[in-house]
Amino acid sequence: MASIAMNKPGATVLLMGNEAVARGAIEAGIGVAAAYPGSPTSEVLPTIASAAEEMNIHAEWSTNEKVATEVAAAASFAGIRSLGIMKQNGANVAADFIVNVNMTGIGEAGMVIFISDDPGGMTSNNEEDSRPLSKWLDNPLMEASSAQEAKEMVKWAYEVSEAVNLVVFVRGVTRLSYTRGNVILGELPEKKKKAYFPAIWDMYNPVKSKFTSGPFPVFHKPLHEKLEKARAIFETSIFNSYIGPDNPELLIITCGACTSYSTEAVETLNVGDRVGVLKLGTTWPLPEKFMGSYLTSTKKVFFVEEMDPFVERSVMELAASMLPETGNLVFYGKRSGHITPYNEQSTDLVIEALQDILGISYQQRDLTYEKEAGEAVKIVPHRPINMCAGCPHRATFWAIKNAIKLDGRNGFTCGDIGCYSMAFAAPGFFQARTMHAMGSGAGVANGFGNLKQFDFDQPVLAVTGDSTFFHAVLPALVNGVYNKSNFTLLILDNSATAMTGFQPHPGTGELVTGESAPVVDIEALCRAVGAEVRVCDPFDLEDTTQTLLKMMKKEAGARVIIMRHMCQLVKAKKKMPMKYTMHVDSEKCLGDSCGCDRLCTRIFGCPGLMWDSKAGKAAIDEAICVGCGLCADICPAGAIVREEVS
Amino acid sequence: MAIKTLSKEPFNLIVAGVGGQGNVLLSAFVGMALINEGFRVSVADTFGVSQRGGSVTSHIKISKEAPYSSVTLKGKADVILGMEPVETLRALGEFGNKQVISIVNPRPVYPSGGVAYPDLDEVKQAIVRLCAQTKFVNATEEALSMGNPIYTNVILLGALMGAQVLPIDKETMLPILEERFPGALFDINLKAFNKGMELIATA
Repeated sequence: MASIAMNKPGATVLLMGNEAVARGAIEAGIGVAAAYPGSPTSEVLPTIASAAEEMNIHAEWSTNEKVATEVAAAASFAGIRSLGIMKQNGANVAADFIVNVNMTGIGEAGMVIFISDDPGGMTSNNEEDSRPLSKWLDNPLMEASSAQEAKEMVKWAYEVSEAVNLVVFVRGVTRLSYTRGNVILGELPEKKKKAYFPAIWDMYNPVKSKFTSGPFPVFHKPLHEKLEKARAIFETSIFNSYIGPDNPELLIITCGACTSYSTEAVETLNVGDRVGVLKLGTTWPLPEKFMGSYLTSTKKVFFVEEMDPFVERSVMELAASMLPETGNLVFYGKRSGHITPYNEQSTDLVIEALQDILGISYQQRDLTYEKEAGEAVKIVPHRPINMCAGCPHRATFWAIKNAIKLDGRNGFTCGDIGCYSMAFAAPGFFQARTMHAMGSGAGVANGFGNLKQFDFDQPVLAVTGDSTFFHAVLPALVNGVYNKSNFTLLILDNSATAMTGFQPHPGTGELVTGESAPVVDIEALCRAVGAEVRVCDPFDLEDTTQTLLKMMKKEAGARVIIMRHMCQLVKAKKKMPMKYTMHVDSEKCLGDSCGCDRLCTRIFGCPGLMWDSKAGKAAIDEAICVGCGLCADICPAGAIVREEVS
Repeated sequence: MAIKTLSKEPFNLIVAGVGGQGNVLLSAFVGMALINEGFRVSVADTFGVSQRGGSVTSHIKISKEAPYSSVTLKGKADVILGMEPVETLRALGEFGNKQVISIVNPRPVYPSGGVAYPDLDEVKQAIVRLCAQTKFVNATEEALSMGNPIYTNVILLGALMGAQVLPIDKETMLPILEERFPGALFDINLKAFNKGMELIATA
């Protein structure tokens, strides 16, 4: 579509869930949006930023989600509606601020945080359900079930936020964020009002001073009153609905992406006369009167939701208090094992569960075909994920692997979050031996690096990307220098937040809007905290390996090697020309008689290399190779040849 | 002439390929054209690390009115646009049925890490066996002869429009390509699109 701020109310356009969230926030008249890139939410902020000038919005990539939330909160304090955007992990980072801002309340303008979770871990290394955060942070939560609803819900969330003076979470999942669907556009807002932070500080009246979160006894009781107010608003929300008979044999209670899985399953099985679907859009606090009226209409309840039994537990708690009215109810869901508390759900899985609960059977396809298809796919190989052709991380981990081997003291690497997370597997030669949260590689390395008194003598490496460095590694590096921890931090500076879609960060000299920005110099920053710093181009394998060996041998505190080489996909976006054309000299490639055991395709594993099984030799796939030239340096027979492109 | 009504509700198109082949853009183009023709559509792509050379599938569910979930039910594909042979077979294994129609780019994308690729003829035969109708379109080869494998997806888009299996056609698709590819980029993409239409006519 031409512009997310297209002024055509009523027009239908194809929008991804994330774009619909952006449009909803724009229609709600936000003035500030702040985020840290995290899939499945990475597209929301750039979509808003594309209309930043037109709609007078300040959009920023903050260094992490806590900062983003604080930026958004300040706007609300000054009377400007704001949006924070983050994935489930990011919500954890922001949580420490949110628990306090919920205590004081926000400003006069609404503040919404869009959080998208990742059932199935498609873009994450965990499958956290962020919804329980709302219970312990004490703020209202809504869950959208489609792109259109996401847009409407975000708009309404601002009204709720202002009515109860709390941050409101709108929660999606990967499938919602990344499914494109029909969205009918709404009106665009009027011009924004002036930002002003009210002078209301009064040290003798904390409620009046409100933006300082203490003393907490003054705020905690009103916070729970606000939640009750939200519950009352939710009782009549249009985002809660029911389709089905008045007294269904089975009541499905569902929310978010599972809504369409439930309705489609009921339709596919043709059981609409037996089963009702109650779709809950406002999942915390629970609208108890609304829910209660349906609990008394049935004897069997089936909860269809992804990951944690969040709604399931809330409703069962409510049901326990309603026992005299409902009589005995039978519950199906996580506890009964009909829906797993892990992985993504689907219509097929709901159909399977319904067959068991209702005692019916359903055949997906012709059995002969089923058998034939099952046989045919036996030849389909697994397709492992990989780093791209020309990826500088492949060069870095090749050098790490060799340096650790040459050093000979069982050194190892602590991994982190980014494309280079793949180093725990074959694409990075299994070099990342720990991998947890953003910044945890350097943090864990700090701990290993201070075990010398227990005769620990293994060299410790940690890796981080350039964007992750700014997000959470800087405190760990300072810690390493200060506490004299013995490790080497490798900053894989590829000039982008590559994993989530090449977003700019403080080291790239660019803002989310495309405007130029001051460059925060990673090298100078590391030197300033007192770390010794070396800079390598990982494509110079010899120099990189030698530098690694030297730095690993040091006994000093935390030191840094910056592995600087631009992400190949960023190079492609910038239309940078190919450096080399590659070919395999079939005279020199000895194939399986070489003794290298297909080092190039089996171990090095660049997708631009392939094994020509007919010729029994290596070959270059010209549709994939980007001419980085690295493989010429790893072939022991010198059979891979690079020629400079003139 | 494209068909104007859906033969079933919902109508399921699957685009199967390998991360980096351009399935996301192709699927978005199809979705936009369908919306412009008044259909209700849902386009669900594979995201995340699979984009880095993994197996990717886009599910395009088309209906007149009703909202459906984004992923195709098992065994319910109506058309499979296979950007890669093994990925086409993988999709057939899960979503195929006796009536399914496939349009397939027969150029393999080899898996990395020393994973062996099965015999291509065997893969193609299995595809033909599992489909009511199969058409092979040498999209990658044509794109390479045009100077860049990046045109593969637009060639396949042309083939899909030429196959007349969806309620959209060249007329509905061209304005969308024109908006996405301004100026000289449009000319070369139009050439790729027309090539796809030509190839499917003789496939």
